[in-house]
Amino acid sequence: MTTKLGFRFGHALLGASFGAFGLAGTAAVAAEQITFVSQGGAYQQAQTVAILDPSAKKLGITINQDSIPDAWPAIKTQVGSGKPIWDVVDTPTGYCLRGGEQGLIEKLDFSKIPNAAAMPEAYRNPYSVSYEFYSSVLAFSQKTFPKDAPNSWADFWDVKKFPGRRALRNHPIATLEAALMADGVAPDKLYPLDVDRAFKKLEEIKPNITVWWTSGAQSAQLLNDGEVDMEMAWNGRVSAVAKEGAKVAFTYNQGILQSTSLCILKGAPNLDTAVKFLNEAVDPVHQANLPLNIDYGPGNPKAFDTGVIKPERAAQLPSEPANAAKQALMSYAWWSSPAGEAAEKRWATFMQK
Amino acid sequence: MLALVSPALLVILLLIVLPVGWLAWQSIYHDGFTLEHYRRILSEDIYWRSFALTFEISLFVTVLALVLGYPVAYAANAVPKAWSVVILALVLLPFWTSVLVRAYAWLALLQRTGVINQFLRYIDVIGEPLALVHNTFGTVVATVHILLPFMVLPLYATMQKIPNDLMQAGASLGASPAFTFFRVFLPLSLPGVLAGSTMVFVLCLGFYITPELLGGGRTVMVSMLVSRNVELYNQFGAASAVAVVLLLSVLLIFFVVSRFISLDRVLGQK
Repeated sequence: MTTKLGFRFGHALLGASFGAFGLAGTAAVAAEQITFVSQGGAYQQAQTVAILDPSAKKLGITINQDSIPDAWPAIKTQVGSGKPIWDVVDTPTGYCLRGGEQGLIEKLDFSKIPNAAAMPEAYRNPYSVSYEFYSSVLAFSQKTFPKDAPNSWADFWDVKKFPGRRALRNHPIATLEAALMADGVAPDKLYPLDVDRAFKKLEEIKPNITVWWTSGAQSAQLLNDGEVDMEMAWNGRVSAVAKEGAKVAFTYNQGILQSTSLCILKGAPNLDTAVKFLNEAVDPVHQANLPLNIDYGPGNPKAFDTGVIKPERAAQLPSEPANAAKQALMSYAWWSSPAGEAAEKRWATFMQK
Repeated sequence: MLALVSPALLVILLLIVLPVGWLAWQSIYHDGFTLEHYRRILSEDIYWRSFALTFEISLFVTVLALVLGYPVAYAANAVPKAWSVVILALVLLPFWTSVLVRAYAWLALLQRTGVINQFLRYIDVIGEPLALVHNTFGTVVATVHILLPFMVLPLYATMQKIPNDLMQAGASLGASPAFTFFRVFLPLSLPGVLAGSTMVFVLCLGFYITPELLGGGRTVMVSMLVSRNVELYNQFGAASAVAVVLLLSVLLIFFVVSRFISLDRVLGQK
């Protein structure tokens, strides 16, 4: 009795806190439906226009939307309870992989997802398929560097040639990669990461880092207010600041190309519809519409062949083939391996020393 | 009586006791009984550093809040009623703004291109901007600002109950105002000092957003370790063990304080 009550109560709580779109009444609706979760804000709005609404229309289904900045704890809780309420989640690829290994995420049958099956191997894994790309790039103030701006992580590390205040993300992912590139490792030879070498290189730059930022908004503010002269930041954040009129720019050279992916919760209430939606969501045309609404690159590279994205626009996107060639493609498989997890744990010790 | 409080008790049971108990349970039970998470806290020195830093900051914040808050409470108590309303309103006003907004407001004031540095450079006091934020200093300043009301209000409530006659009696016996203050008023206001200090100290132990935004990444307080552990260890137990240790420290503090002063005064303002 107690457990049952606790259970219902838990659901009521989840419904109240996440269910902005009225999950309670959906049982009565006859048409197929799924609950899709992303990270909210302008990003989810752009998806709604480019991907979600068109997919719902084409498949004749209802897509209930939810949003949460960090889906991982909620995925654990929902699947742990045995009765998840979400179906499809858009979350950093590493969580899809880690979730898959822990039995929290459904294994995908790519024969039912032809759009994903047609994507390059590096863009998918047994549990998820790339949904959109962003990049951790070297951004800089054009006021401090009107010309001869830093153009590589080696430049970022060179405090004599490029004096100025610096910021990095307070997280090992992408930061260790940047350190290794600064130390001379080629972007396509990074994995498996030489963790010792990366931390040694980071120790070198540590006294010159003014801020270790934690949120994307913070990184944007630092650049916008001139609090730092150069930093690692996500490309979309930098271009948003530039659009507001700040004299800032970034280079894709040695950027770290990262993705979020779509994955399906283990025991999702609408599994079949979720698989259908997954296929539709990575359709090249829908995917091509995404960068027309926000500064992120399509997860499906075929989007660049549709003609929907004009060449000028394509040149600005992180996953455009020529831009992608200058960057390092993040290996989420390495980061969710034991070595990757150990590197993540080591970070806190590094920060507090 | 029980009927009246039972809805509140039920809410506390369902929303606080059960979830916290469940989290505490997870910290010792995961596919069997385990003390792994506690062993980790004891053996890895990042935890020790974080707890030490958190207590250090909390102590510092409490002392600053007391030094700043006592005169304010004293003034609010000494002036006519109409003015004390104004003073208390000013103390409470920032309460209506979210912690996040206030953190950003402090950034606008303290950062390199912020108001304070700009002004100091304008009047030529400094050549290079001072590092006022993205460090422990900025964290402490903003935290004191947020917690100041928790110091002022208990102080004010205690001072209100100190009869003015006592001061007049002291004066009539020839004591100077300073003497009556230190011998009569200050000792009588000590319960308020203890109450306010306990509130500020305990609240500060759990601060998260402020050090996260203003600490520059170096000020790693315990709450930040809790959130980090959720991400790192894929088990709530790893995070809740940290929270349990923090909770136990808070309970210990309350216990020690309760030896000196009735807890009603700290929590309820009797």
